[in-house]
Order: sequence, then C-alpha cells, then structure tokens
Amino acid sequence: MADGNGNGGLTGLLNDLSEQFRSSQVWTSIFRPGSPFRGGYSDSPRNRSYVVMNNVMYHLHPVKVKRHGVRLSYTLCLGGLSFFLFVVLTITGIFLMFYYRPTSPQAYLDIQALATDVAFGQFVRNMHRWGAHLMVLTVFLHMTRVFYHGAYKPPREFNWVVGVILLLLTLLLSFSGYLLPWDQLALWAFTVGSTMGSYAPVFGDSVSFALIGGVQISADTLLRWYVLHVLFLPFIIVLFMSVHFWRVRKDGGVSGPL
Amino acid sequence: MADIPEDILRRSAEARARAEGRPVEEVLAEMTGEAPAASSPAEPAPAGTEPAPAPAPAETAPAAPPVASGNGGIDVAALSVETGVPEAILLRATRARAKHDGLPDPTIAAPAGGGTAVATAPPPTTTAPAPAPAVPEGVRTQRLLTVVKAGAIQQVKSEPTDKVSVWPHLLAIEFVALLVILVVLTAVSIFVDAPLLEFANFNEQPNPSKAPWYFLGLQELLAYFDPMVAGVFIPTFGLIALMFIPYIDRNPSIRPSDRKLAIMIFTFFIVAAAILTIFGSFFRGPGFNFVFPWRDGIFFDDLLTILD
Ligand code: HEM
Repeated sequence: MADGNGNGGLTGLLNDLSEQFRSSQVWTSIFRPGSPFRGGYSDSPRNRSYVVMNNVMYHLHPVKVKRHGVRLSYTLCLGGLSFFLFVVLTITGIFLMFYYRPTSPQAYLDIQALATDVAFGQFVRNMHRWGAHLMVLTVFLHMTRVFYHGAYKPPREFNWVVGVILLLLTLLLSFSGYLLPWDQLALWAFTVGSTMGSYAPVFGDSVSFALIGGVQISADTLLRWYVLHVLFLPFIIVLFMSVHFWRVRKDGGVSGPL
Repeated sequence: MADIPEDILRRSAEARARAEGRPVEEVLAEMTGEAPAASSPAEPAPAGTEPAPAPAPAETAPAAPPVASGNGGIDVAALSVETGVPEAILLRATRARAKHDGLPDPTIAAPAGGGTAVATAPPPTTTAPAPAPAVPEGVRTQRLLTVVKAGAIQQVKSEPTDKVSVWPHLLAIEFVALLVILVVLTAVSIFVDAPLLEFANFNEQPNPSKAPWYFLGLQELLAYFDPMVAGVFIPTFGLIALMFIPYIDRNPSIRPSDRKLAIMIFTFFIVAAAILTIFGSFFRGPGFNFVFPWRDGIFFDDLLTILD
C-alpha cells in the first residue's frame, strides 16, 4: 500500500511492511476474512458482521444486539466480569499448581515458598485470592441486577435456575480453595464451614464423612478438596456456564429495557 | 408459471397491485403471462443518481437480448439466462456494486450523445418465456422451493428493534470493563498480601474461628437457631426457593411499579443476608460473642490482613 499521506519514508516503509505481513498466507490463514487484524481491513457494515460471525467470537456473541443491551448501565457488565474473573482465576490457578503439593505439611511450605522463592509467586497468589473474593461479589451482584430487571421471566426462567447453580458452584469453588494453604485460618474456617454439613438430619455423619474424607479433618481432606478445587468444580462450572451463555442468546439476548 | 396454485398467485397479484396502484386484473394477467407488461418496468431508478432512465420504449423492447453498449456495460439479461439468477436481482446487484465503486450505472447503455438511456430489463414480452436456463457444468445454483398451504401462512408481526453491531460497540465496552477490573485486581494484589497464618494445628483452635465471609451470615444464624435449622434447612430451602423464583412469580410485567411485592420480598432477604453477614464479620468476637468493632477490635482475619 502506498503511503498516501506523504508521511516520512520510515513510517511509510513500516506501514508497507506491516500491511504485507498482515496479508501473508500464514497471517490470513489465522485471521479469517473480516478480521480487523487482516491486511486491507476497512470499517464497513459487512466487515463489522464478519468480525463476529467469521471468528470464534461467534460462540459468545451474535452479530448484532439490541441497542439498549450494550448500555453499560443495564447489565453493568457483571455477568461478563464474573466470567472474566473466572478466566483470570484459571490462569493464575494453573500457575499456582506448578508450585503446590496437596500434602501435609508440604502444602503450607509450598505456599510459604511462593512468597520467597518464586518469581511473582506472592503476586499471583494475591491475584488468585482477591480475584476469588471479587468473583463471589460480582456473581452475587449479577444475580441481584437480574432480579431487579425481572430478567428471569419467561422465556428466561431456566437460565435463572442455571444461574443459581452457578452461584452455588462459585461459592463451593471459593470455599474449597480456602482449605488449601493449610494454615490456621484455612483449617478452622474450613472446619466451621464443613461442620454445618454434619448437622444434616439422618445423613449427617455420612455427609461429614464424604466431605472431609474420613472421621476427622486430615491430609486426606486436603487431597480431596484439592481435586475438587482444581478439577471437578471447574469442569462442572464450565459446563453450566456454556449452557448459561447459550441460553442468554437463545432466549433473545439480554432482556428488554424496563 | 402454470403450476403455481391459483390462490397464491392471486394473493401476490393483489399485493403487487396494491403496491403499484394498478388494477388487480391487469397485474394478474401480466403475472400469468397472458398480457404484456404495463409500460413501466417495476424497477425504479435509484433516486438522484441517474436522470430517470426512460422506460423502455415499445420500439426498442423486442430487441432480444437488449444490448448495453459502451463502457463496461453489463448484459444483465444474458447473464441471467446464463446463471439462472433472476434478472431483477442481478440488476439490483450490479447497480449497487457500481454505486459502491462510484462508477456510472453499467446496466444503462450510455450512447455517445448522452441522450436517452435504455433500460435493460426487457419487459416480459409476448414472446414465450425463456426456456429454462441450461446450467453449465460445475455451476451450482441454489433455489428455495417450498409449498405453502393457504391456511398455513402466519402473519409474523415482529417489531423492528434498534440493533447495533457487536463489533465495535459491545466488544469495545467489554474490553474496557475487562481492563478496568484487571487494573483494580492488579493494584490490590500488588499492595495487599493474601493472609497466611501459622501452620495448621489441630490442637489449637483460634478464638473466634470464622468461616469465609460469604458464609458468615449462616454462621451468625447458628447463634440463634438449632444447628440443623441454621446449618442445613435454611441454606437448603434458601437455594431451592431462589431457584423457584421464576415459577412462583408469575407476574409477566418487568416494570418495577408492577412488581412492588416481588421487589419488596427479594430486597428484604438481600438486606437481611447483608446485615447477618456484616454482623457475623464485625460484631462477633471471642466465643462468637457480641462485640463492637470500634471498641473491642476486629475479629475477621481476611480483613485484618488488609488493614495491616
Ligand atoms: C459464574 C457465574 C455467572 C456467570 C459467569 C454469568 C454470566 C452471565 C452473562 C455474561 C450474562 C449476559 C448478561 C449480563 O452480563 O448481565 C448473563 C445473563 C443472565 N444471568 Fe448470569 N452468570 C452467572 C451467574 C448467574 C446467577 C447466580 C444468576 C441468577 C441466579 C444468573 C442469571 C442470569 C440470567 C437470568 C441472565 C439473563 C439476563 C438478561 O437477559 O437480562 N446468572 N449471565
């Protein structure tokens, strides 16, 4: 592409190079037609559609949405932010898994080592922990905003039910992670939480046995909740999120204005 | 044409007649190919772009196929026969493309004198309809065929909605929201370390021991009710009730003024949960006894680490 604006030679050269690069076979094989990353992109209604329709984005968004649906003041982006926080937690969580062994006393030592021996270890742990608290908050606020908009009314009843399950799973994910540092805070907060389950009528003892993997909290409990935390619960929540997002679209996108 | 059901033909003729303000019978005759078309072709010229292409004068009409001479003129009729795409659609597409590229309308022949333009659309002439176009090898044509029974036609009344493109409008907002929350989270994580107390010790229970903050409302309830009620029944029924909200609240309106009762009840529970949680977090000290946080201090480990 010629440097039409008569800019300096270097800028022109760089533009040419970048345009050539973005039109290359490798690049255009990665970004499908309509992508703004492709060479020769122009802002036209058709390309605006293609950006979504021709890309993985289409799994999450339709090409167009109702104008009021993009008003920040309507959804406050709370559902989207809950999902984004989940992504952040997954990434930071995988990082933490490299350095963490769910055994006693190693678990505690590994968490300690994050602060001293691992580059950015403490920082990533902080992100993981505060992000988890934040996610509980955003999910809860998302639920209240959905309620006040009456957005659970037909045809969205079932998506509300899916949402309640997501809320429960979010709490369980956060709670299961609480035990993992294996310090006094973790142990006793977890004890208080899990004894509540043991009050269940009839099944109380069995529930308690299943929850802590024995008659009393031990290193087995740690392993059990570790597996739940890093494998089982994330897997389940991703399944439910998929249904949730799918239904948001199938039910006609974000509900109408009040 | 012959095998289009009578009533459908009639209905479509009526619709067209209404749109063009002509008598139904005339349109019907024209559609069934029994009468020559009215002199004006259905395709109006795009306003303003051309000095109204003169309707095909009767003399020029029979010249088949009509030739568009001159600069890059496109023979729409021939193209139509060749590809099997209806002529009117080809015509529109060609014009639109030309308009987009800023070229003169290629479907209109421009004689040197710049005089009358000749519309290329041949009026449905008295000659027999063109034989079904032979499809050349390798060209895929697609058609939508459907049989619609007269009674099955529904009137779809969808109101036009005001829509915007997801890209850039929605994605830009989402991206900014994502950046904001990432900045907040990063900033907090730089300045506040996650708590890590001493190694877990089964023989030394801290006093008080508190659950994570989102369960402190429940723990607070434990101070008032039997554990089976506070620990099992209330949370279980709470969750089930939450799930059943859409099936209990049958009021179809989403206007806040129509939903006063629902809003009141929900708000009551939200506020109650918030108060219980705040109470359990800040107003409970050793032995889970009542304390004033400003007098006796804060017994809430998560927060303590933030304050440190
Ligand atoms: C992990 C947790 C959750 C995630 C990631 C999530 C995500 C989302 C997203 C992205 C939307 C699109 C609109 C918006 O952003 O507000 C949405 C809509 C919705 N969510 Fe959630 N959600 C979660 C939990 C919940 C909960 C706890 C509920 C209710 C109990 C719920 C009920 C709904 C309903 C009914 C809609 C449709 C709202 C409308 O059409 O206006 N979701 N969710």
